[in-house]
Amino acid sequence: MTQPVLTLRGISKHYGPLQVLKSVSLDVHPGEVVALLGENGAGKSTLSGIIAGSRAPSEGTMTWLGQPYAPATPREAIDKGVVLIHQELKLLPQLSIAENVFIGRWPTRNGVVDRAEMERRAQEQLSRLNLHIPASRKVAGLSTANQQLIEIAKALALDAKLLILDEPTAALGGAETEALFEQVRKLRAEGVGIIYISHRMEEIKKITDRIVVLRDGERVQEFADSATPVRTVVESMVGRSLDRLFPPVPVPTERPVLQVSNLTSAMNAFRDVSFEVHAGEILGIAGLVGAGRTELVRAIAGADPVKAGTIRLNGDVLKLRDPADAIAKGIVLVPEDRKDQGLVVAHKISENLIYANLDKLGSRWITAGLKKAFAEKAIATFNVKGRAEQHASDLSGGNQQKIVIAKWLMRDPKVVVLDEPTRGIDVGARAGIYDIIVNLARQGVAVIVVSSDLEEVLGVSNRILVLAQGNQAGILNREQANDVSVMELATI
Amino acid sequence: MVALDINGQAKPSGTWRKKLSGATGPLVGLLALCIFLGFSTDAFFSLRNGLNILDQITVIGIMAVGMTFVILIGGIDLSVGSVLALSMMVMGWTANIAGLPLGLAIAVALLASAVSGLIVGLLVTVFRVPAFIATLAMMSAARGVANMITDGQQIVGFPDWFMMLAIDRHFGVLTATVFLMLFVVLIAWLFLHYRAEGRMLYAVGGNPEVARLAGINVQFVTIAVYVVSAVLAGLAGIVLAARLDSVQPSSGFGYELDTIAAVVIGGTSLSGGAGGIGGTLIGVLIIGVLRNGLNLLNVSPFLQQVIIGVVIVLAVGAETMRRRRA
Repeated sequence: MTQPVLTLRGISKHYGPLQVLKSVSLDVHPGEVVALLGENGAGKSTLSGIIAGSRAPSEGTMTWLGQPYAPATPREAIDKGVVLIHQELKLLPQLSIAENVFIGRWPTRNGVVDRAEMERRAQEQLSRLNLHIPASRKVAGLSTANQQLIEIAKALALDAKLLILDEPTAALGGAETEALFEQVRKLRAEGVGIIYISHRMEEIKKITDRIVVLRDGERVQEFADSATPVRTVVESMVGRSLDRLFPPVPVPTERPVLQVSNLTSAMNAFRDVSFEVHAGEILGIAGLVGAGRTELVRAIAGADPVKAGTIRLNGDVLKLRDPADAIAKGIVLVPEDRKDQGLVVAHKISENLIYANLDKLGSRWITAGLKKAFAEKAIATFNVKGRAEQHASDLSGGNQQKIVIAKWLMRDPKVVVLDEPTRGIDVGARAGIYDIIVNLARQGVAVIVVSSDLEEVLGVSNRILVLAQGNQAGILNREQANDVSVMELATI
Repeated sequence: MVALDINGQAKPSGTWRKKLSGATGPLVGLLALCIFLGFSTDAFFSLRNGLNILDQITVIGIMAVGMTFVILIGGIDLSVGSVLALSMMVMGWTANIAGLPLGLAIAVALLASAVSGLIVGLLVTVFRVPAFIATLAMMSAARGVANMITDGQQIVGFPDWFMMLAIDRHFGVLTATVFLMLFVVLIAWLFLHYRAEGRMLYAVGGNPEVARLAGINVQFVTIAVYVVSAVLAGLAGIVLAARLDSVQPSSGFGYELDTIAAVVIGGTSLSGGAGGIGGTLIGVLIIGVLRNGLNLLNVSPFLQQVIIGVVIVLAVGAETMRRRRA
């Protein structure tokens, strides 16, 4: 094989007595896609930070194209050709695509920015990615998928030889993911080395050449063949054998709880959607990004306005002006963006729990004791690894999500809507979330689960409602539903 | 506050720290300042001087409570100095020109303040004007109305009992106005700390979308906070009128900046969602003690302004460093 672009030997990192990386070695060759897998906290982001120059290793050496490599700053790494693309996009929305691509290194002529040259060169990178948008356009208003591609164009303009993609598809739908993969394959063919971090096993199978698994800061295993069965890889990640990911789905009752008829969005995100959810039933909602899934469930939870149609709860027509109305009736939403809609991450767990229950604490005088007792009950009920006084930002994604769910379940809701309940949550913690969802149904709650992860929708739902471009494409029973039948409807 | 050590074990810190919620830095600063002034001046540590400081901070202290609410929800209120003047002029006009009883005039003044706060609140929520702009506009408009009432003239001559509110020391120590400030501070502290409605302010400031999805009426909370801030500014105006025994439309010029400084020195975060009344009280005291001490040391008023500027930077800088380490 060719000389690796990057080699890591014995990379360790500790913060005080806490060791987050233990002697990790890794080679990345030109033209290969290496999957870096591991649960949250396994050390993936620390490792990519070290490669990209934002953190320094405590021990170990790196070489870049045969030369010793020890970037002190991200800038130094970028100059060498190492580009890390973050999970959260870091584009400036009010600037043009070209400006974003060349930010900090604008081409100049006679001391002034040469816009024509900049746009020409940016356009070149965009066409390399098959992106036919004028480079002079503002970033604001572009789809997440296109923004992701612009981040990649930015990396290409830097002449990247190694690209680190940190969960690039977290916000993408099926078709967009496919488009992204096409570009990744193209870059691979051009000889760019790629480190691919993701939680989605299906993608890993599709796009990567080999899999490196990290657990507790250690490189535990490598699978030379990315077609290794998912279960084997996951078991290596979590370090124990997994009996199952999805618990058995209970049989729903015949009693409809939520009846939605001809619901139409005031923002034109969806139209004429009608369905029922029975007590004890889990309804999955699938569709591509932009199909109106989130907007639909937000409307049901009173968070977005509707133009027409009715929502009935136990037969009564509801008039929902804001989330408070829906909550009062017993419809609660676990929103898609945990950190920006579900939790005030800078506040304590106990505080976050009471924000949704200020009227349910038995007293409007909230003493420290009342708060603590309430929080500890929630923490114990949902088996959260964390304490009442910890800040929400200190918890792992899975435990954060449990807090978001717990804050509602203390109210005995009738309808629970979960939008992307396991986004960014590692496989080991997912099973815990699925258990909670299924238990809700067992207790007779009507549950709605929206997810971009097809395996997840298929795994937990009794029925699946598929949206395509805001239209109801169909409802599939559990027996009829598989990835093909759902995707067929979603791409109508 | 419980800090986590590196192994994930709980490391309980003292409960007194917990009560001040993040205001330990300012408190240490205040104590250091007092000790320094105690050694460098003879007059600082005397009951008389202490009471003087309390008298001097009543106006800013009352306004700072409202400002704390506003900043906690992630807003800003630049109009408090002008609303203070508006309140004074409305009271003066109603009592001395319209001839109504002073007690009624005070109620009318507070009502006028509430209306200006309501306008700001509606602008911020319904019309989605940024708080900075809405309150900047109100700062100009309220000052203008205050001037229009008497065409810029002052009004003097209120009943003796009114003036005595700021002079007569009950139980030999505290004036009614100082009592009023302490009462406002105590009520606000209890409210923020223990009432469900108080915790809502933290939720809204922490993240308004999270708060809305949690069923909190963010618009109502926001409007109410601006109304409370304006009413407290109006109340501060009444206190200032009692202290001066006169009202003039130029009063309270620049007070909004002193008030914001006190809140920020007290550790309330300008991005919202963190801080509290305990810190604000300390911030107000730091400004009051500093002014008083610098006067005792015969420092020129111009240099005093420079020093207060430096203190603001030090206080906020120290707080930022502390948070980054935590």
